[in-house]
Amino acid sequence: MNKAADRGAKAPHGSIAPHAEGAVRFDAVTKRFGETTALDGVSVSIRQGEFMTLLGPSGCGKTTLLNLAAGFLGPDSGEILIAGERMNDVPTYQREIGMMFQNYALFPHMNVAGNVAYGLKVRGVSRQERDRRVEAVLALVRLTGFEDRTPRQLSGGQQQRVALARALVINPTVLLLDEPFSALDKNLRASMQVELREIQRKLNVTTIFVTHDQSEALSLSDRVAVMSEGRIRQLGTPEQIYRQPCDRFVASFVGDSNVLRGRLHSIDGTSAVIAVGIARVKVPREPLKDVAVSAAVDLFARPEHLVLTEATQPCATSGTIAAHVYQGGYVDTYIGCSDSLRDRLLVRSGGHETMARWPIGSLVGISIVTGEGVAFA
Amino acid sequence: MPRSTYQRLLGLIGKLAVVLILGFLVLPAVVVTIAAFNDKAILSFPPQAWSWRWFAKAIAYQDFRDGFRNGLIVTAWSSTIALVIGAMFAFALHRYRFRFKKTLEAVLLSPLVIPHFTVGLGFLILAAQIGWNRSYAVVIACHVVLVLPFVLRSVYVSLRNLDQSYERAAASLGASPLRVLVTITLPLLVPGLVSGWLFAAMLSFNEFTASLFVTAQRTQTLPVAMYNYVREFADPSMAALSVMYIAATAALIVFANAYLGLGKVLNIEQSR
Repeated sequence: MNKAADRGAKAPHGSIAPHAEGAVRFDAVTKRFGETTALDGVSVSIRQGEFMTLLGPSGCGKTTLLNLAAGFLGPDSGEILIAGERMNDVPTYQREIGMMFQNYALFPHMNVAGNVAYGLKVRGVSRQERDRRVEAVLALVRLTGFEDRTPRQLSGGQQQRVALARALVINPTVLLLDEPFSALDKNLRASMQVELREIQRKLNVTTIFVTHDQSEALSLSDRVAVMSEGRIRQLGTPEQIYRQPCDRFVASFVGDSNVLRGRLHSIDGTSAVIAVGIARVKVPREPLKDVAVSAAVDLFARPEHLVLTEATQPCATSGTIAAHVYQGGYVDTYIGCSDSLRDRLLVRSGGHETMARWPIGSLVGISIVTGEGVAFA
Repeated sequence: MPRSTYQRLLGLIGKLAVVLILGFLVLPAVVVTIAAFNDKAILSFPPQAWSWRWFAKAIAYQDFRDGFRNGLIVTAWSSTIALVIGAMFAFALHRYRFRFKKTLEAVLLSPLVIPHFTVGLGFLILAAQIGWNRSYAVVIACHVVLVLPFVLRSVYVSLRNLDQSYERAAASLGASPLRVLVTITLPLLVPGLVSGWLFAAMLSFNEFTASLFVTAQRTQTLPVAMYNYVREFADPSMAALSVMYIAATAALIVFANAYLGLGKVLNIEQSR
């Protein structure tokens, strides 16, 4: 896929990859709630076995898109296809989906086995077969022996695994995850994420994952769709999203970024060069193709792509150390800098020698790693 | 330390006020209970000697026995019918948007603001027109109207407290709407339904004003029987009956608390 296709939330029909191949496909889907447009002509195709994350701030339409896939809502226009079949008028219970809810929604009046067996019972699976599959899926989520517990007797992580088992036991065509980690504490969250991803890979189940947590999106996904205001702003691999954000919104929303004032120094067929102080920084050409040379542009640089140097040396810019935040594996240094569009620059460096070398209040020079930033007019 | 003394005094006054208010609340029950054990035939206070005989008399009195039985019949029917109707309307009001929804709600809740004697009189006139004025049906119909708003509210609040994601989860697992209703929604609503039914039953069993109009000698409920009794006699068997009332209601609440959780039964759980 070329980049235009990856970003092609509004790409015209048929111009890119053949549509039929997606396990789940949204085609120019629009959804309004009264006056507000929750989704504005969204098109995206999710491949078989892919882990696709819908990422965005609250109100961006990501949950609406998930609810449309689940059938809890119907689109105002456009088409939703699962396994090549049009789903617009198919009710939720006939869609063969597995869904995990933010609060897990385990049935409080049933025990673990009852919860997991529910979808099988509804499908008329025989008792023997049911028991066998419940046992297998509970083993998969490492909850063997918890069959008779009620949801209330389980920890948050265990409840989540039951919810996952319940959704997976029916072999769904697509697994829908609605911010499933938001209720867990940080350590548990990390281990549950790893576990979920392992299971998802093992079963090769197509997955749509909704989150507002950009680090979660980057660490879990095959591809990420960054959404805002009812549209997909960028669609790409986590690396593409992080390293080549297509606009200011994506650059600011995903990961930490510094914004520096610069000028367009030169531009050619493959890349552009931004001048910040004496520094020359190579950036992608695409966002700047209509910008005149020497016009003012804003350079977005990640904290790990800024380097502290001696203030005496000529460099991109300079500033005063405002604070060091020790993070264990690395140090976040905040610097007051007049070239920054935000009040402070954030520089991330490994090791605590940074703190010893530049005490708070000292003057530092800042240089920029070339080839890593992006710039927008 | 003048400030501390002042505060202590203030605290003492506060405690005293609370005790007085609580005392005032339970005073009628206390007075009636003492009177019920009074050996004397007149309702005198304080009693000279103690006895159980008014309890025996109240239990043995035929009109009270009939009233009790009639009351149970009327209560069982009316609160059950009201529960079914109320639950259906609560569902409609909670789940669907339609024209005249506000109007429907206003009509359903109107018995709250219409005086009971008006309802009773209305049913009496109606029943007399069609010649049903001596039947249970009219008493039950009248009670259904009176308790319906309470059942409706109780079920409605439970529905609002019911997390939609349970039903969505069931649907996502392949359960048809009817199956979701039977296996998920109704079981999770049981506390609300039971509390609605209990509340309706207590109201119906104690209802007097409207019942006075619509009951006949054959169908009179316990409160009406008590009223008729007190018009002719003035002995403590009324008080004894009241004590039994209090004990029965308290037992019911304790039972409900133990098995269903009082918060749920009284529907005081907060909405999300």
